[in-house]
Amino acid sequence: MTDRLASPAEPQPVLSPGATRRRILMRRLWRHRSFRIGGGIVLAIALLALAAPLLTSTEPTQMNLRARFAPPSAEYLFGADNFGRDIFTRVLYGARISLWIGCASALLAAAGGAMVGMVSAWFRPLDGVIMRIMDALLAFPAILLAIGINAALGPQVTSVIIALAFAYIPRMARIVRAAALVVRELDYVDAARVSGAGGARIIFRHILPNCMAPLLVSVTFVFAYAILAEAALSFLGIGPPPPDPSWGNIIAEGRDYSVQAWWIMLFPGLAISFSALGINLLGDGLRDVLDPRLKVEA
Amino acid sequence: MARLIAFRIAQAIPVMFVVAVLTFLLMHLLPGDPATIIAGDMADQAAIAQVRHDLGLDRPVAMQLWLWVANLAQGDFGTSLMLNQPVAEAVLERLPVTGSLAVVAFLITIPTGIVLGVIAAVWRDTWADTAVMLLALIGVSVPNFWIAILSVILFSVTLGWFPSSGYVPLQDDFGRWLASLIQPAVVLALFQIGYLARMTRSAMLDVLDQDYIRTARAKGVSITITVAKHAFRNTLMQVVTVSGYILSLLIGGSVVIEQIFAMPGIGRLLVQAIMARDYPVVQGTMLMLGFAFVFINILIDLIYAYVDPRVRYD
Repeated sequence: MTDRLASPAEPQPVLSPGATRRRILMRRLWRHRSFRIGGGIVLAIALLALAAPLLTSTEPTQMNLRARFAPPSAEYLFGADNFGRDIFTRVLYGARISLWIGCASALLAAAGGAMVGMVSAWFRPLDGVIMRIMDALLAFPAILLAIGINAALGPQVTSVIIALAFAYIPRMARIVRAAALVVRELDYVDAARVSGAGGARIIFRHILPNCMAPLLVSVTFVFAYAILAEAALSFLGIGPPPPDPSWGNIIAEGRDYSVQAWWIMLFPGLAISFSALGINLLGDGLRDVLDPRLKVEA
Repeated sequence: MARLIAFRIAQAIPVMFVVAVLTFLLMHLLPGDPATIIAGDMADQAAIAQVRHDLGLDRPVAMQLWLWVANLAQGDFGTSLMLNQPVAEAVLERLPVTGSLAVVAFLITIPTGIVLGVIAAVWRDTWADTAVMLLALIGVSVPNFWIAILSVILFSVTLGWFPSSGYVPLQDDFGRWLASLIQPAVVLALFQIGYLARMTRSAMLDVLDQDYIRTARAKGVSITITVAKHAFRNTLMQVVTVSGYILSLLIGGSVVIEQIFAMPGIGRLLVQAIMARDYPVVQGTMLMLGFAFVFINILIDLIYAYVDPRVRYD
């Protein structure tokens, strides 16, 4: 190998190194098939949720007793439920609550996990205690933890978000801590410290941004889990309360009629499956490109 | 090995202590007053105060925590309000149901997941691989209770192959016990099979990349023997580490699945307690499940040490 071949390429005059790297990452993401498919699905579902009022003329809680248990037809695309409410409308509007719960709890879990993980990695004396607490929480499957927390908080949208976020904080914290422990030993952190940067500056400017890759990947997976978990909580009767539709509570309400009026629970279930599938595909793509060794657990 | 067992149990004690404190805090630091809820909407101040006193909620929090831990140390997990029965007794009565469900699902998951994972790794990038990875993807994307409802409609209501609900104790009738379990267990397992297959596949691929596999192949060992004797044993190590996690997930999943198949297990107890606002049961059940998970983790660590001597002598 000659020196000329091994030497790095000429720096691009226009773009900063960071921008070049971002460009390369974007291109690799775009080339990743599951990222494209997943991204397409997520985008489509998000647009449908946003455009819900344009796509249907009725309200999600609008009852029509003459249409009780109407099977899918041209008028009632996905059929109607026991109150004669249009399932198509309810699934569209339900996307708003379900996606909001999934997204908010994933971001909240990421913020909380980043905080706990960074504290643990930075203030070493606290590490032992924090990680024992996280170990204790990690002993529970996330869904059980969410059930327990939500049982105490009561069935509301915000409490579902808080319960799910708390259920995933230990997993996020462990991922951030592991990444931060590696990053804090790198030379540029020493360089920053030598140049007089304070603890807060090093944490927020130098360490945290370099832990973003695993964090971003786990946010997508937690987003998908959270949508499934919201549905499970609703099914158990401790999710977002009716009559406002979430995908989970539409299924829960349709469960008693699942044999005669299968359409009530079929379509919201498909909506959950498709969105979780899209988000997981997106996450797979992100992981392959950003952080191939990362393992995220439910 | 005996030293290792003692060491792992000693290590688990602080974790169990933290689990106990956390379940206590869960019910005490959160907003809302259990006494008001338990006493009901019609209760006056005196009745609420009486309930609060009966539950010991009028004592300082530190005192309550001390009593909670001290009672736990004596095996007292609290008393149910709705059942008028010690929580530990109520949970243990239902343990065979949840235990059978989780164990049968586990026995379905492990061999199926391993076989599928090995197939996907050996025939990498073929349709078989794609199918297995697709199953893994479906496992993390489709709600399990939804599949369970669809499964009941198809297999119980339409085809009539399996009972749609209920549980028959093992000691009553083995055949009917198995029949009552097979559908919920398969649904529950379905979601972990994909996960295990994915794990096995990536572990197997790592092993297949190793020099000694190439050596075995180069000296003329057939693919079947190489995979079965050389690669599989090392893959098994990783399977052991995730199997405890899978068992925990199966127990967690059974909370939801038990509702659909009306199985009188721990999950159903937990949900009934949440609905009835029976806080001691919620707290005690969460705690006992937490202890069970800690115990499973210890067991897996010990199995791991047994299978891999390197861990034992560290």
